[in-house]
Amino acid sequence: MIIQGDTGDWEIVIGLEVHAQVISKSKLFSGAATDFGAEPNDQVSFVDAGFPGMLPVINEKCVEQAVRTGLGLKAKINLTSVFARKNYFYADLPQGYQISQYDMPIVGEGTLLIDLADGSSRAIGIERLHLEQDAGKSIHDMHPSKSYIDLNRSGVALMEIVSKPDMRSPEEAGAYLTKLRTILRYLETCDGNMQEGSMRCDANVSVRPVGSTELRTRCEIKNVNSIRFVQQAIEYEARRHIDVYENGGEIRQETRLFDSAKGETRSMRSKEHAHDYRYFPDPDLLPLVVAQDFVDGIQATLPELPDDKKARFMTDFGLNSYDAGVLVAERASADFFEQVAAGRDAKMAANWVMGDFFAAMNSGDYSWEKPPVSAVNLGKMIDLIKDGTISTRLAKDVFIFMVETGKDPAIIVEEKGLKQVTDTGAIEKAIDEIMAANPDKVAEVKAGKDKLMGWFVGQVMKATQGKANPGMLNELIVKKFQE
Amino acid sequence: MSLDKKAVRAIAELARIEIPDEDLDHLAGELSGILQFVEQLAEVDTTGIAPMSSVADLTLPLRKDEVTDGGQVAAVLANAPDADDGFFTVPKVVE
Amino acid sequence: MTKLTNLTIAQARDKMAKGEFTALELTEAHITAMQAKRSLGAYITETAEQAREEAKASDLRRQAGQIGALEGIPLGIKDLFCTKGVQTTAASHILEGFKPPYESTVSGKLKAAGSVMLGKLNLDEFAMGSSNMTSYYGKVVNPWKSKSDPAKLLVPGGSSGGSAAAVAARIAMGATGTDTGGSIRQPAAFCGITGIKPTYGRCSRWGIVAFASSLDQAGPMARDVRDCAIMLGSMAGHDAKDSTSAPLPVPNFEAALTGDIRGLKVGIPKEYRPDGLSDEILRVWEQGIEWLKAAGATPVEISLPHTKYALPTYYIVAPAEASSNLARYDGLRFGQRVEGKTLDDMYKKSRAAGFGSEVRRRIMIGTYVLSAGYYDAYYSKAQKVRRLIAEDFTKAFQDVDVILTPTAPSAAFGMDENTDDPVTMWLNDVFTIPTSLAGLPGLSLPAGLNADGLPLGLQLIGRPFDEETVFKVAGVMESAANFTALPEGV
Repeated sequence: MIIQGDTGDWEIVIGLEVHAQVISKSKLFSGAATDFGAEPNDQVSFVDAGFPGMLPVINEKCVEQAVRTGLGLKAKINLTSVFARKNYFYADLPQGYQISQYDMPIVGEGTLLIDLADGSSRAIGIERLHLEQDAGKSIHDMHPSKSYIDLNRSGVALMEIVSKPDMRSPEEAGAYLTKLRTILRYLETCDGNMQEGSMRCDANVSVRPVGSTELRTRCEIKNVNSIRFVQQAIEYEARRHIDVYENGGEIRQETRLFDSAKGETRSMRSKEHAHDYRYFPDPDLLPLVVAQDFVDGIQATLPELPDDKKARFMTDFGLNSYDAGVLVAERASADFFEQVAAGRDAKMAANWVMGDFFAAMNSGDYSWEKPPVSAVNLGKMIDLIKDGTISTRLAKDVFIFMVETGKDPAIIVEEKGLKQVTDTGAIEKAIDEIMAANPDKVAEVKAGKDKLMGWFVGQVMKATQGKANPGMLNELIVKKFQE
Repeated sequence: MSLDKKAVRAIAELARIEIPDEDLDHLAGELSGILQFVEQLAEVDTTGIAPMSSVADLTLPLRKDEVTDGGQVAAVLANAPDADDGFFTVPKVVE
Repeated sequence: MTKLTNLTIAQARDKMAKGEFTALELTEAHITAMQAKRSLGAYITETAEQAREEAKASDLRRQAGQIGALEGIPLGIKDLFCTKGVQTTAASHILEGFKPPYESTVSGKLKAAGSVMLGKLNLDEFAMGSSNMTSYYGKVVNPWKSKSDPAKLLVPGGSSGGSAAAVAARIAMGATGTDTGGSIRQPAAFCGITGIKPTYGRCSRWGIVAFASSLDQAGPMARDVRDCAIMLGSMAGHDAKDSTSAPLPVPNFEAALTGDIRGLKVGIPKEYRPDGLSDEILRVWEQGIEWLKAAGATPVEISLPHTKYALPTYYIVAPAEASSNLARYDGLRFGQRVEGKTLDDMYKKSRAAGFGSEVRRRIMIGTYVLSAGYYDAYYSKAQKVRRLIAEDFTKAFQDVDVILTPTAPSAAFGMDENTDDPVTMWLNDVFTIPTSLAGLPGLSLPAGLNADGLPLGLQLIGRPFDEETVFKVAGVMESAANFTALPEGV
């Protein structure tokens, strides 16, 4: 995206740091639970609260999840990595330091392919992924002069996934986050829920004149909690930088907050202090060493990832890039589609899944665990269309009954009498009756008013409660008027 | 390295320790003396030597992912100077 | 009959086994002594009532045939070990009133072995010091008196000064100590008792208020080598809650006291004779070498070339780790708070009021050496030199089985001496710090008295996790030294 300023064209340079909460039962360095929404300070061990003499012991599941994510990002796994302390004081940081990884992260460089609206794809570099502890939560609106501290989240494992400054527009940033979230969900290493804070994004934004390769001073926008807001924040921030530069000013490197109500960013007061994190290897922890066998074992259990799945859907099922992209956006939707499409007309399956099925899914209290229609029943319904038992038109009714009752489509067709009429005699009889009742209209058609033919089709359909086979009906009507 | 008052004030700020202005000179002298003492390490040739952050000749032991802790709000808050309604409290923070 | 408080742990154990007295009687005798000697300032918190209850419970266990390795033995616990429901201060104002809702692994193991806790022992604030003068709860007085100036108050050494004074004054049969740069060995030497810092990783650090995590190690302080061996057997062992704890079985340390050291090679490091080392220290060291020769061991001169850099290395590494370990004392979740207008104001006031001057000084040095632009020149450099120091020992132990050195460069000094310049004060630990940096076991035992009638200690250093050889050699030296002198009032 190019932004036209008063002095010329500007390009945005964006790098994203995503904090993804690792799916695990217990915390990174303590045995306290990680569930969302517990009573304040109920999921807190003395380790998480930084009590004297308490020591961290690492959770193997979190290590496995980080490696799994690294493999999913086609990144280098560092068999030896080191935990370091990042020292700073804050009310929700009980130890006075965050255990993180600094110069030896568990995962090194990788890539992520983003899918853009025009159907093209672009590779974005991953700089690194490291494991670290989450902080607790400060609540500022419970008391006029005090902030309240809840440490339930303190010590929960996060993966900080850092991109290279490879993105050039809010759209690309959005596509990156969407794709990253899809991959994390495929891998089941993070639930990607931005509202609950299990995926948070900091955006590093700078601008430069088009054609320049310099990297100008960047600002970091912290903790934006939806993809749409990330895009808004980037756009606002980029325009702010351009304004400042074009008015002869300088951008100060700083941390900013996005105010979603006002749609603007502002300087963060609590981050005004010059930071000096004094990283050093945590002497309570030893180097984390993972065996190549351990990595290979995880590699062997990786699911098919969205890019591969999309390619396969296009090749094996003949789907176009857009349809395949929509279907693989979630692992569950891809699985559902594959179940419906198995041994059937894949294009028809895709249309039904993306059409009536997605609409039903969004219209009520449904989930992939509790879909409006099971994949088995949707498949059977498609079979009924294919073998001529029902028309596509009737199928829409059958689908609604399936949503309402959960019954097998064959039973619905039977009970509701929705079987399509393919008996030529019966259809002819219905046509004859309509023609006999409307001699004036018959005359008009015969006088050349072909458009009225459609009216006859409609009337016959109505008379047969929609059950007449549409193809046969059309054919027979034409024949009748030719007689 | 000889530290001046300004440097001592900056260190105290990082360490979050209030130091009265009248103590800065004395402290600057003391800390400078310590730094001069430790700076004799500069004469040791450490080319090619890896830093030793632990003497334990081990790698990190891993723990199973099980919930074994928590559910003890009262104990967590029992020593807090000013807890309220299940929370720790601090002077209000403006973000 | 000998006073109950003058028995060693091994003697009391055997006599209780024969039914000569009960744990309650033994505990009462110690409570009486503890209360009579409050002027020493050895205990920060006395837990007499709890001790009586524990002693009664111990007697019941004994009747039921459940007899732990330290059944009914009254001990003092350094106030750096968190003890469930009992105030734990680290001798700092900032932790005043803190009652841990948990028990440290080591003190818990001692309890499980049947011991009785008399109270929490004084120390230098956050274990930072060599004189026990930095405690917020008052100085500890060394029970030994100088012949030439009996009125002079002497320091017990530090940081485990309360532990050393209590064991020497017979107001605890044994005590826990912790050693980061000499905090068990130097006070043991100053108070004429025995103490061992085991190999780093031998005892769990879980529940011990941290000073410098890569150096801190708990160990026993007692009247003789055997008592230390008995206590360490109960304190040591792998702990899954401490990632740096060694997953090794605990040997029977007491069984290592065979008295036979024939053929062992004892390293005598030539670098441990710095200019100005007093004749009396050199003499006791020479004496120690003679005892070992007489017992059939061979002294071998060794070189530990980086010895002189141990002190500056330590005074970068330890404060750096401490500056981070002590960040949690912020007046928020436990301990003392001084209210402030803002969060930072509260932090700064609480920490200024809560920490004493030595602790503040070390936090500031540690903060500085880790800060941007200085990390490589100080912290990283020190970690490299630390490796060289450790490698010196590794090389030496290819040729020798154990190393003998003095424990400290002097006997106990007066409370009014040596305290102005921090660097001079730190020189007390010049012989103990290298061992700490290398993580090796080091034991100090009393070897004689100086001209002023004050105890002098010798240090034995062993290979990693070879405390058994250290105990074995120490046992032989103890017999040869026949150190029977007692401090005043015992």
